[in-house]
Amino acid sequence: MELLVDFLIGFLKALIVLFLVILPGASGAVYFERRIAAWIQMRIGPNRVGPYGLLQPIADVIKLIFKEDIIPAAADKRFHFLAPLISITITVAVFAVIPFGHYVVINGEPVYLGVAPNVHVGILYVLAMTSMGVYGLTLAGWASNNKYSLLGGLRSSAQMISYELAMGLSIVALLMVTGTPNLMEIVEQQAGWRWNVLYQPLGFLIFLVASFAETNRTPFDLPEAEPELVGGYHTEYTGMKFGMFFLAEYGNVIAASAMMTALFFGGWQVPFLPELLGLQEGSVALALLQVASFTIKVAIFVFFFIWVRWTVPRFRYDQLMRLGWKVLFPLSLANVLITGLVMLIN
Amino acid sequence: MTFWEKLYLPEIARGLGITFKMLIGPKMTIQYPEEKYHPGGYYRGRPVLVLDEDGERCVACGLCSRVCPPLAIEVRAGETDREKERYPVKFEINMLRCIFCGLCEEVCPEEAIVMSKDLEMVFENRESAILGKEKLLVPVAQLQDRLEYLRMHQYYEPPARAQDA
Repeated sequence: MELLVDFLIGFLKALIVLFLVILPGASGAVYFERRIAAWIQMRIGPNRVGPYGLLQPIADVIKLIFKEDIIPAAADKRFHFLAPLISITITVAVFAVIPFGHYVVINGEPVYLGVAPNVHVGILYVLAMTSMGVYGLTLAGWASNNKYSLLGGLRSSAQMISYELAMGLSIVALLMVTGTPNLMEIVEQQAGWRWNVLYQPLGFLIFLVASFAETNRTPFDLPEAEPELVGGYHTEYTGMKFGMFFLAEYGNVIAASAMMTALFFGGWQVPFLPELLGLQEGSVALALLQVASFTIKVAIFVFFFIWVRWTVPRFRYDQLMRLGWKVLFPLSLANVLITGLVMLIN
Repeated sequence: MTFWEKLYLPEIARGLGITFKMLIGPKMTIQYPEEKYHPGGYYRGRPVLVLDEDGERCVACGLCSRVCPPLAIEVRAGETDREKERYPVKFEINMLRCIFCGLCEEVCPEEAIVMSKDLEMVFENRESAILGKEKLLVPVAQLQDRLEYLRMHQYYEPPARAQDA
């Protein structure tokens, strides 16, 4: 009985996260991507569908659903179908461990905000999931039976593997500081202004650059470099299958922003204000404040992702590999070493 | 390259600063159907015939028709008893053919055909896209911008006119 109730609560939380966080978040990110791109290029951007063009992403999705779903004759149909599903599933799965707030006391029981933020392998789970994400792209490239798709898929796998090392090592240094891979505990440790970015500035920088590469965003969007690869791994995808890759990309951006917020920028912590207003730990008001704090921080990072996309030109492939292996990898090792030495001295 | 340039990060920060300035800065877009575009005299829109106080300027020499690359202009001349003895009985521009090159305007010895600012050309069928004299004649007052622009950029002396004196 206990198990069933736990399962139902978990299921309900998952539904809430899916329909109130990921889908509106991704469509909002798409809208702001187009709007900010336009503003940076001295244009206005979509402003016709609904007030301020806010319904534009919905119109886009309706268009995608009604488009013909084309599968190339030479494609491997099973994998061609499977690839976007893998992509989107893994993107959604990452959100399971992200803590959106601390907890609310309902019936004397603390209900944690997040599907399963207390998993004690939190960070490892996120790393595992993001490295699984490469299967979606590589499979899409391979199953399309198109040279551009294949090249895009290969690039994405090479790129992700190269940058995962630097990302993992920057997290190793962070774990040495925090002493736990549990995301909820990591955020709890950052109460007040003790944000991890103050202890791990280099680690944060490496994590930031690596997450740009992991989410395939400019300046590292080699897998879909239009001038040379047409559309990259999603050249042969149409309709909602393309939409899934699109949704997965923005879902990944939000997930990466949420990870950076949780790991380095205090997650849902609200400094000073709770004490000032006298809010009780576990009360609904404090939980709302925490969720708001988390959302604002994530939104700033999403904005940064978009801002960088419309500023920095794409790297060349050899430059990308050189940056990954010859700069970020040694830098993250040095970061681990320095962190260890400082901890030894203290 | 110096160490700072190799680091690449300061340059990225500078670039981000520039794009942020663009982000909050003024925008170039004209919200078309609500907001109209009002070009200056430089604009080559729909070619029109100039209508002076004493009638049309065109003397039906046919040079425009001769020079027109897509053969969009058709002129048929007629005679009158006035001092200017020729006039176009028929003057038609097929707007489906016109490429807005402005050669007709350039070649006209009477400054009688000029490119207007009219940029909204919508036709419901092919017949209505062939504009006759009644649609082409435009009072000279509405074309001052273009005429002024042409005088500033012309290689030859424009024909002397009564209102210039």
